[in-house]
Amino acid sequence: MAEKSDAPTPTVIADDIHITYKVQSGGRTREVHAVKGVTFVAHKGEAIGLIGSNGSGKSTLLKAVAGLLPPARGHLYTQGQPSLLGVNAALMNDLTGERNVVLGGLAMGLSHRQVRERYQQIVDFSGVDDKGDFITLPMRTYSSGMAARLRFSIAAAKSHDVLMIDEALATGDAAFQRRSKARIAELRAEAGTVFLVSHNYRTVTETCDRALWLEAGTLRMDGPAKDVVAAYEAHTKPKK
Amino acid sequence: MTLTSTPPAHTPAPTEPAAPTVPTPSAPSATDLAALAARHGLTASGARPSLPAYTRLLWGRRHFVTAFATARLTAQYSRARLGQLWQIMTPLLNAAVYYFIFGVLLRTKDDIADFVPFLVTGVFVWTFTSSTVLAGTRALTGNLALVRALHFPRASLPVAYAVQQLQQLLFSMAALAVILCCFGQFPRPSWLLALPALALQSLFNTGLALIMARLASRTPDIAQLMPFVLRTWMYVSGVMWSVGHVLRSDRVPHLVAVALQCNPAAVYIDLMRFALIDSFTAARLPPHVWLVATGWALLTGVGGFIYFWQAEETYGRG
Repeated sequence: MAEKSDAPTPTVIADDIHITYKVQSGGRTREVHAVKGVTFVAHKGEAIGLIGSNGSGKSTLLKAVAGLLPPARGHLYTQGQPSLLGVNAALMNDLTGERNVVLGGLAMGLSHRQVRERYQQIVDFSGVDDKGDFITLPMRTYSSGMAARLRFSIAAAKSHDVLMIDEALATGDAAFQRRSKARIAELRAEAGTVFLVSHNYRTVTETCDRALWLEAGTLRMDGPAKDVVAAYEAHTKPKK
Repeated sequence: MTLTSTPPAHTPAPTEPAAPTVPTPSAPSATDLAALAARHGLTASGARPSLPAYTRLLWGRRHFVTAFATARLTAQYSRARLGQLWQIMTPLLNAAVYYFIFGVLLRTKDDIADFVPFLVTGVFVWTFTSSTVLAGTRALTGNLALVRALHFPRASLPVAYAVQQLQQLLFSMAALAVILCCFGQFPRPSWLLALPALALQSLFNTGLALIMARLASRTPDIAQLMPFVLRTWMYVSGVMWSVGHVLRSDRVPHLVAVALQCNPAAVYIDLMRFALIDSFTAARLPPHVWLVATGWALLTGVGGFIYFWQAEETYGRG
């Protein structure tokens, strides 16, 4: 192990973690072994992309790191409280965008005062009001892009020690994607470590310097983002 | 430099030339990692906080709890034309139905003085408890996505559901005040007793919601069973009849009589009737009624909170 002084500070240590889900189907309870013995150390200042095919356990792993799905076996150590960038589940479609901003902010743990202070910033960032007074209408009346933009804006209103982003970059139109990319960069600067799950490999190579490749719940490869993405793409390319 | 820790067994070289995996300084063993975590002050993720810390966390989320409750209450009628007017119309219509069936058709009103106020008070107070119990069973199971997405003390959810039912009851109480006045029961000082009665019942209900939330998160089938349990509970709680009337006859065994009188739902209903209705005098209340009401509230409220906290880290799992 390198000298403590110049060694990077670890923020997340996953030590051989296994995660199982219980699934009720009919009368039987089945256990799904979603993550099977993954070990890695994430450091301060890193942006780590998680790649792998659907159902390879990427999102499950993020939820475990966030402390939302306790690992069945293995140990997980984190600095502070890692958070998922996502607030969708707290929002209610029947309520106005206005009230959802407040509700979502409070759900993420902001205080009443912080929500009030950031309210205008969130609304402006989302651009929901650009084409008229939409923020006072129920969210169910929004177009899907508009709703996604507001959700992202609420979620991105808070900075975190360890931030995890699950496919959040692909929302909204081109202008909003530019803005959200800039905001992610800001969040990354504020956060110690950023994890990003994405199927867009350009995003991963552009935003991350390191990548983990998960396949069927096991860690297939861990290294510089460019190399891992290249290996993954070569692997998934249809064979002739 | 990153630590690569993929066991060799898991890196079957893909068909391509082996990707340049970052050279591993030394495969970290479990003890190394634990030591590394300890050296940098990293803590185990998702551990359950102590009871006092948990209580402080929950208190810190009080604004979320009330905002969530109000949001759910508002969303309920947001698609209806009359909107929030339904908050007060629903209890009024309920009362009208009960009056029609029990007052006009069955003529139960001949046995009990001030039957309509008696009945409507009973129905509203009972509905507060029963709907809080039902809401409690859904507080976690109906919000799994939320539990799996954000950090907050999970007790926020059952408590928010209980708060929502309390808000709903306050609308019903406004309707009740109108009904009482229509039937010649005008506001008087004893109406103030409704406040402590309601406070105790709210604490009792919140405890029940917490207990039901934990039970239903482990055994979702409880949600299917609850309507039957609640219907039985309603029939023994004297919602539409008077427990006192039945007990006056000597046919009821002593133990059953005591059980009927200590039934928390019956106690809270009778306290509310005592507060609001002239002819419902102290003589019609069971013995030590305030003591029983407080005992149930504290036992269920505090006990339910501790019971819920004990499984905090398991919620949202599987």
